[in-house]
Amino acid sequence: MVHASSTAAGRRPLVSIERLGVTFGRNCVLRDVRLRIQRGETVAVIGESGCGKTVLLKTIIGLLNPTSGSVWFDGQDLASLNERELTQQRIRYGFLFQQAALFDSMTVAQNVAFPLRQHRTLPEAEIQQTVVARLAEVGLPDNVLGKRPAELSGGMRKRVGLARALVLEPELMLYDEPTTGLDPIMSDVINELILSTRKKHPVTSVIVTHDMRTAHKVADRVVMLYPSARLKPDEPQVLFDGPPETIEKADDPRVTQFVRGEARERLMELHQQNG
Amino acid sequence: MSTPSDIPISDLPHENQGWIDSLTDRVADLGGVVLDALAEVGSMSLFAWRMFTWLFSRLPPRGTLTPSFYQIGVLSLPVVALTGTFIGMVLAVQSFAQFRMLGMETRMGAVINMSLVRELGPVLAATMLAGRVGSSMAAELGTMRVTEQIDALSSMGANPIHYLVVPRFLGCLLLIPALTIMADFMGMVGAGLFSIHLLGVDSHHYMENTRQFVSHFDLFVGVFKSLFFGGAIALIGCHRGFHCNPGAEGVGRAATSAFVLSFVAILFLDLMLGIVLDAVYYSIWPEAPKLF
Repeated sequence: MVHASSTAAGRRPLVSIERLGVTFGRNCVLRDVRLRIQRGETVAVIGESGCGKTVLLKTIIGLLNPTSGSVWFDGQDLASLNERELTQQRIRYGFLFQQAALFDSMTVAQNVAFPLRQHRTLPEAEIQQTVVARLAEVGLPDNVLGKRPAELSGGMRKRVGLARALVLEPELMLYDEPTTGLDPIMSDVINELILSTRKKHPVTSVIVTHDMRTAHKVADRVVMLYPSARLKPDEPQVLFDGPPETIEKADDPRVTQFVRGEARERLMELHQQNG
Repeated sequence: MSTPSDIPISDLPHENQGWIDSLTDRVADLGGVVLDALAEVGSMSLFAWRMFTWLFSRLPPRGTLTPSFYQIGVLSLPVVALTGTFIGMVLAVQSFAQFRMLGMETRMGAVINMSLVRELGPVLAATMLAGRVGSSMAAELGTMRVTEQIDALSSMGANPIHYLVVPRFLGCLLLIPALTIMADFMGMVGAGLFSIHLLGVDSHHYMENTRQFVSHFDLFVGVFKSLFFGGAIALIGCHRGFHCNPGAEGVGRAATSAFVLSFVAILFLDLMLGIVLDAVYYSIWPEAPKLF
């Protein structure tokens, strides 16, 4: 099935999110979200904890099903694909999880080689060569190959996760809070790796973060989500959608508050709850 | 905090109203429990359906089968053998006094070995497997769920049911007959040695009675039932792990509920299969003496 409106526009977005709603039980996390991501773009999705950033990311890759609305990838509605087709489609994605989600039972080399062994029929020597090259790209030496994920630091785990996500050269890279839990230097290393990945591979990226330094440094465009429970019934959940350099001048005070890290009414709520 | 004496009389519920409210609350609670149980059965059935569609479409990679088979089969053998031996000896101890009073000690072999082959062997092997493997599957897959490793598998184009559940299911299904035969064998050895060497039962008659009363069909019944037990243990353990709640508590609960549910499933299946296989037996040998 082809997405008619986007082909009419001449340039089809790689990801098109139409009136997306995701609800868990009675908890509405995403409500009527619309977003289009063009090929080659790097989009940072920001917002406070619990606003649905990770849920949005997992819906884009089809790990979560929308309650309403649809997600289109390269002109295909993910809901129209069966389990097997969706599994095949995911080869075109790379996903860096918040805690890297490396397989505990495997070594670093086996983790990075996993997608290759799953989807390519390559000689073992070539697989090893690719693994070493990918790990070198993220700045990891050969001596980590035989280590288990539990033996690595948080920053190293993230870099192994990045090497694994990039090993099949995906068209769309999804990063779930890539710098959370890392020291400022390692955060900057990860930001640089995201930038160098974009230079080396023609990849479209969606980065979920609440780190404004990451958003400013790597993104072409910033999208800010706001928790749906705090919105008025007719308000859109996307409060800001534009280049990172304009976000500080946004008209909506909730956007500037987030960017500057000002608690304001949250503090008042806290005081009210306490007494 | 307000005490009952602080509440105005006008705000207290009418006696009948309170009784009706309490009844409707209980009916609602019961309804909630029934709905949750139905949802659980539905979720388990869909999970099993997805597992069977993957099982019959493509075998999982050998790299996933070998560790599962080793974990389920090889590592379970010692505990199953040990349990079987002790149960055999315990049966000998418990039945000896009764049979001796009747002067029928030599019939012990038939009774003990029949119980072992038809019931205790398969149920014990399955219980050991549920405790050792079923709960560990739930804990392992639950941890993978909580740490997003199952999502990571999906994101890399590997189906988690095909990659994680099918090898475990095949391991339990194909290796539980071997574990059952091991439990049967060790139980027979334990009971035989204990009866003959320690209780002084005549070995020739003990063996002869066993040979006369325990048939191949009895052995088949035990092994056949074990296939269902193995399948249920794997499906329940994997389903609990896949639907694990977040956190250490969620993983702990998944492991515990996997064992409890597996045990209940083993006993339920044992009863159902017992009835079905008895009907099969009497349809093949109609002249055999019936219970009812």
